Amino acid sequence: MAANPRELDAAIAVTRFGLGAQPGEIAAARPDPRGWLKAQIRPSGAETFDTGGETSAVRLAEFRAYRRARVMAESADGGGADPAEAVRRFVRENAVGDVQNRIRLALQSPAGFRERWALFWANHFTVSAVRIQVATLVGPYENEAIRPRVFGRFADLLAAAETHPAMLLYLDQAQSVGPNSRAARVRNRAGAGRPAGLNENLAREILELHTVGIDGGYTQADVTEFARALTGLSLARPDEPATADPVVFRAPAHEPGGRTVMGRHYPDSGEAQATAILADLASHPQTARFVCRKIARHFVADDPPPALTARLEAAWLASGGDLARVAEALVDAPEAWDARPSKFKTPYEFVVSSYRALGGAPRGPQVSQALNTLGQRPFGAPSPKGWPDDAAPWAASDALVKRMQVAQALGAAAGPRVAEPASLAEAALGARLTPASAAAIRRAESRAEAVALLLMTPEFQRR
Amino acid sequence: MSPLPISRRALGAGLALPFLARAAHAALPARRRFVVIVCRGGMDGLSVAAPLGDPDYRPLRGALALGDDALRLDSTFALHPQLTAIHALARAGQARIAPAAATPDRARSHFEAQDVLETGAGGVYAAPSGWLNRAVGALARQGKVEALSVGATAPLILRGPAPAGSWSPGRTIDAAARLPSLLQELYREDPLLGPALARGLATETLARETGAGARGMAGPRAGPAQGREVARGLGEALAGFLTAPEGPQIAAVSLDGFDTHANQAAAIAPRLAALDALVDGLHAGLGPAWGDTVVLAVTEFGRTARANGTGGTDHGTASTALVLGGALKPGGVIGDWPTLRRQALFEDRDVYPALDLRSLEKGLLAEHLGLDRRTLDTLVFPDSAPVKPLTGLV
Repeated sequence: MAANPRELDAAIAVTRFGLGAQPGEIAAARPDPRGWLKAQIRPSGAETFDTGGETSAVRLAEFRAYRRARVMAESADGGGADPAEAVRRFVRENAVGDVQNRIRLALQSPAGFRERWALFWANHFTVSAVRIQVATLVGPYENEAIRPRVFGRFADLLAAAETHPAMLLYLDQAQSVGPNSRAARVRNRAGAGRPAGLNENLAREILELHTVGIDGGYTQADVTEFARALTGLSLARPDEPATADPVVFRAPAHEPGGRTVMGRHYPDSGEAQATAILADLASHPQTARFVCRKIARHFVADDPPPALTARLEAAWLASGGDLARVAEALVDAPEAWDARPSKFKTPYEFVVSSYRALGGAPRGPQVSQALNTLGQRPFGAPSPKGWPDDAAPWAASDALVKRMQVAQALGAAAGPRVAEPASLAEAALGARLTPASAAAIRRAESRAEAVALLLMTPEFQRR
Repeated sequence: MSPLPISRRALGAGLALPFLARAAHAALPARRRFVVIVCRGGMDGLSVAAPLGDPDYRPLRGALALGDDALRLDSTFALHPQLTAIHALARAGQARIAPAAATPDRARSHFEAQDVLETGAGGVYAAPSGWLNRAVGALARQGKVEALSVGATAPLILRGPAPAGSWSPGRTIDAAARLPSLLQELYREDPLLGPALARGLATETLARETGAGARGMAGPRAGPAQGREVARGLGEALAGFLTAPEGPQIAAVSLDGFDTHANQAAAIAPRLAALDALVDGLHAGLGPAWGDTVVLAVTEFGRTARANGTGGTDHGTASTALVLGGALKPGGVIGDWPTLRRQALFEDRDVYPALDLRSLEKGLLAEHLGLDRRTLDTLVFPDSAPVKPLTGLV
């Protein structure tokens, strides 16, 4: 296929860097594909989505109040509705709107690269609604901690994510207490309830998933030391006076003493001790390497060219972890413009790009239902590692059959609105549309079938 | 080992000999079935099978220690009260525990440990495919063998060169639509999508024939209250596949949610209930075929022997593996119990890894599916010759 290189670059800019083409988008990128992408990088970060105006502080207070009320109602009448089920319903009703608004943002955004960049970081710093306590906080967390900082310094993004109430709850930090702290001594002497102590979950995942990575050169001792340094970082209890920010530092729960993490010593400075460790982890060269490879893997290929990772790493190190510079380096890297579509879309990417291509707004929970079927429930990543980003887990045979069913349903719904399937395909894929796919779409026996075929072509399934 | 007078290779590769293929099929242990359940998140072995008879158990576990309602196995061990179906199987000699089993990985990372558990390699990233997939590949050389994973994503344990299907509950496809065949044509040159779609369509046909689709249906929003029902339905659906004439003999299922850092007692009960119901559904659905079946339930690592400061446990090392099935020989605990004495704990925190999970897996693959030692030591579990298969299980 001898496509004009700029035609091809325009299609790559919109479909690989972005979230898939809306009608006319590839044409808009054509004059200057790289400039079109770079114009989406801005200091204020990515757009936030509507959470009904509710912050994480409000949501946390609501959740706690509701749960308390349900439990009290249960003990008062000694039966009736299952309070746990009622709490789950409350959470669902709160979170469902967030999910829909986040999807709407992805469908309508004229800056698909910016939105994809934000989604990458939200997945990197995953907080999953799988834990009921945080289910209503995931949306506000993404808006408050992640989205405003995705083109800022990595150190600031890291600090905001790790100290957000949603993360403190999700990775159990809120309850962690220094074993030799004043709080532990008092509580354990009183002998009431279970003994207070350390929980190393957040410390481990920061090292393994968010900063230096599993091969970053840390040991179990580093995990434990970091967990000790983090003690004190917690949430206000429901019985404490409400403040705008539910995050508190409890000096009495902080493990006393200096700490050594990855060969560096941190004197006991209370709250500042963990802050200093986080800052050092952010600027660790291993963090640059680990995270840049992950960016390259997300944008270009499951096994990205080392030269690409090296370019991103150089931009990261030269700028002190300025993510706007890293994003620019990605756009400038020749390896990122490889003509082959080698990334298989995740279900979220597939569904979002389908709606973007077809136009029109989905009704109510349609999109969430499709994503549930395809195994990627929004805000529901199975673990702190987030959603997988490579083809193998998503390209299972069953997954492909389910995608076909989703494509059929979308084709049936959108088909009648489509004037000319061939031009729809051209607008969706530009120069990436292969002659074989174009021919198959032309030969379809109905508009519905043509649309389903388009969404299932090898090139639309990839980016 | 082939009962045939001439090997297929001697006749030349690529020759179509359907009668020989049928004969080769018969050479495989007749309709033996093997199911691996991967319990993700680091399942707490001391909650699956509690060593109530170990004097250090209660002091270490405090409020997390199981009580009198635990289901007695012997003078030392008792199963979690939610594991009623598994307990009944154990009493019938069809369920055994391996209470101190671990992969060779010691990093206490979920993701690294799951990789090692599923690739069957001696270290992380040492193999690009799953051990169960490579076992299927080796069995396929002896005759036709089908494999299936259950769930929306393909687990690493079954990913690799040998073809394996996947299935999850949902609507069945419209058999009259042209789309499937149009797509197969469009995917002809596509090495990823072509084979995957063909396999997916074949599995759909099987699901329609066995009625698995209807049994596996479950709302995606199913709460823990329905968790048991859903898991049982999944077990029955899987049994439907396993008993279909052209169905799979090898299957993998994942159960999530075992990462119990806080409030473990409340968090783990519904997960174990789901595990129990899955096994129960399989047992019931397989009927007489249960007698030819082995089920292995494993996790990436166990958890700390001591409760942590938040009513839970942190990442540890050895855990309890469960081996079930009508094909098992009755017997007691599998492997040594290192005890929970302080000096016996691994790095003064975890249950000591007394049994390499690969010996257990090798033993089952050898005795139940007839794989030879060389294949096991080199292909299925690379560079693992010093890890001997555990014998006498099947």
